[in-house]
Amino acid sequence: MKILVCISKVPDTTSKITFTDGNTKFNEDGITWIMNPTDEWYALVRAIEVKEAAGGSVTVISVGDASSDQVIRKALAIGADDAVRIDANPTDAYFVASQIAEYAKTQGYDLIFTGKETINYNGSVVGGMLAEFLELPYVSLATNMELNGSTATIEREIEGGKEILELNTPFVISANKGLAEQRIPNMRGIMMARKKPLNVVAAAATDAPTEVLNYSAPDPRSACKYVEADNMTELVRLLHEEAKVI
Amino acid sequence: MSVLAYIELSEGKVKKASFETASYAAATAQKLGTEAIGVALGTADSSVLAELGQYGLSKVLHVDNAQLNNNDSKVDAKIVAEAAQQAGANVVILSHNYAGKALAPRLAVRLKAGLVAGATELPETDGGFSVVKTAFSSKGFAKIGFKTDNKVVSIVPNSFGVQKGEGSASVEALSASVDAPSLTVKERVKLSDKISLTEADLVVSGGRGLRGPENWGMIEEMADILGAATACSRAVADVDWRPHHEHVGQTGIAISPNLYVAIAISGAIQHLAGVSSSKTIVVINKDPEAPFFKAADYGIVGDAFEVVPKLNEALKNFKASAN
Repeated sequence: MKILVCISKVPDTTSKITFTDGNTKFNEDGITWIMNPTDEWYALVRAIEVKEAAGGSVTVISVGDASSDQVIRKALAIGADDAVRIDANPTDAYFVASQIAEYAKTQGYDLIFTGKETINYNGSVVGGMLAEFLELPYVSLATNMELNGSTATIEREIEGGKEILELNTPFVISANKGLAEQRIPNMRGIMMARKKPLNVVAAAATDAPTEVLNYSAPDPRSACKYVEADNMTELVRLLHEEAKVI
Repeated sequence: MSVLAYIELSEGKVKKASFETASYAAATAQKLGTEAIGVALGTADSSVLAELGQYGLSKVLHVDNAQLNNNDSKVDAKIVAEAAQQAGANVVILSHNYAGKALAPRLAVRLKAGLVAGATELPETDGGFSVVKTAFSSKGFAKIGFKTDNKVVSIVPNSFGVQKGEGSASVEALSASVDAPSLTVKERVKLSDKISLTEADLVVSGGRGLRGPENWGMIEEMADILGAATACSRAVADVDWRPHHEHVGQTGIAISPNLYVAIAISGAIQHLAGVSSSKTIVVINKDPEAPFFKAADYGIVGDAFEVVPKLNEALKNFKASAN
C-alpha cells in the first residue's frame, strides 16, 4: 500500500482567537501551532496501522511555508516514512487541494487520507476536492475501515445512523473519530524523524478562487440570566415566552 | 443565470436539511433578481418535489433513477454539475451536512468554482459576491469573497432556517448519463428511533458530572418530553458512557440547535466550539464558577440530580397544559 496523508498546521485548540489589521488577518501572536487533530489522531495513525499490517509506505504532505516543518516532523516521529511540503501559502482549500493533486497525480497512491476538517476553517473540503481532481472515489467522515487486500469496508456516519460501504483502492478517505486511536511519539520516533526525508517542492501555478475579505468575532452573548434551582417552572416560562424555543 | 439548490432525497422523501437549502437558494435568487431551481437525484414522486415550491423553488430538475439513491458523491457531482450548466446556474447551494460535505467540494472542482463550506448568512451581492462562514471552530467568522463566475455555497444546518410559503414547483425530468457506482452501500443502520443529533432543533446534553451512564435516564426523559436529541461531552464519550456519535465539540460534531441544555458539563473551550452557535443555551451546573455559564443564556446553579427531575416535572406540566 502506497499511502498519502494530508496534514495541516492549525492553532492549538485552546487558542484565544483574535484578528488584526482592521480584522483582515488572524492574529498569530502567541499562537502555538499543532497538527490538525483529526489529521493526526485518526488519518495519520490509521495510515500507519495499514502500513504495519500490509506493508508499503506512508508519506505525509502539507502545503505551507517552513513554519509547517515542526508539525511535519511530528508526523514523521509518529511513524510516517517521509514527507513532502509544497512551499506555498495555503490561501484556500481549492488551492491546497489542487497543489496536492498536482503532486499526487503521478505518484500512484492506493490510499489518500485527510482529517475530517481543519479546526481553523472547518470546511471539510480538501478530501473531496482532491478526489475530484484525481477522479477517485471519496469516502467522507469515516469512523472505521477494514482492509482486505485492495477491498475496503468502511463505516461512516450519516444523519441519524451509519452506513457500511465497500469499495476498492485507490480512493480518498476523510478520517473521523473512531478510525484510530491517538499515538504519542516516543523518543526513538523523535530521533528517527530527524533523519527521515522532508522534500520541499515548488508550488504549481494556480490561483485561489476565494479570498478572506475580513474576520469577525462571534457576538457576545448577553449576560447569563440565573434561575433559582427550585423554580424550574420559571425556567420553562422563560424558554417558552422569552426565548421562544419550546 | 439562476441559483441551483441541491435537494437531497432519502427513501423517496426530501430531507429536512433540503427545505432550508431551498429557502436559502430562493432568498439568494431574490437578491440576484433571478429564480431558484432545485435538482434532485434518485426516486421520489413528483408531487413530493412539487411541494418545494412552498420553499421558493420555481422548478425542480429530477433524475428519477434508483441507482442514484446512494449519495455516491463521484457519480452525483457529475450530474449536478450538468444540471447547473443546463439550468444556466452559476450559484449552487447545498447543506453542509453529511451528503453536502462529500458533494460540494467535488462539485466546486467540476464547475471550477470557489466554494464556501459552512455559510451562516445570506450572500452579500452588492459589488461582488461574498458569504460569511464559521471559522476557528465557532470562535470566529470569516467573510469570503469569490473571484470566480461559478460559486458553490454549503450552509450550516439550522443557521438560516426554513421559510415556508405558498406555491408549487414544476417538476421536469432531467436526462443524465449515470456512471457506474464508485462504491457499494452494504448496509444502512439507523442508530435509534430517536431524533438525529445533527438535524435536531432541541438538544439535551450531559457531562461527566453525571457520574455514570446509569444516570442518563433523566437526560433521556427530558429529551423525550421535549422531542429533543441527546448529546454528551468528549469526556463522556471517551469513557464510553455514551456512544461516540453523541459527542459534540471541536473534535466531535458541531451543532447549532435552537435550544442546547448542558447538564453537568463544565464548558471547556473545545466543547463550546461545537455548541456556541446554538440559539439558546441553558446551563445546569453545581459549580457557580463553571466556564459554561459565561456562554449561557440561562443558568441554574445546582446539583443536576436535584434540578433535572424538577425541570422534567415542570416541562411535563407545561406540555400537558399546552395540549
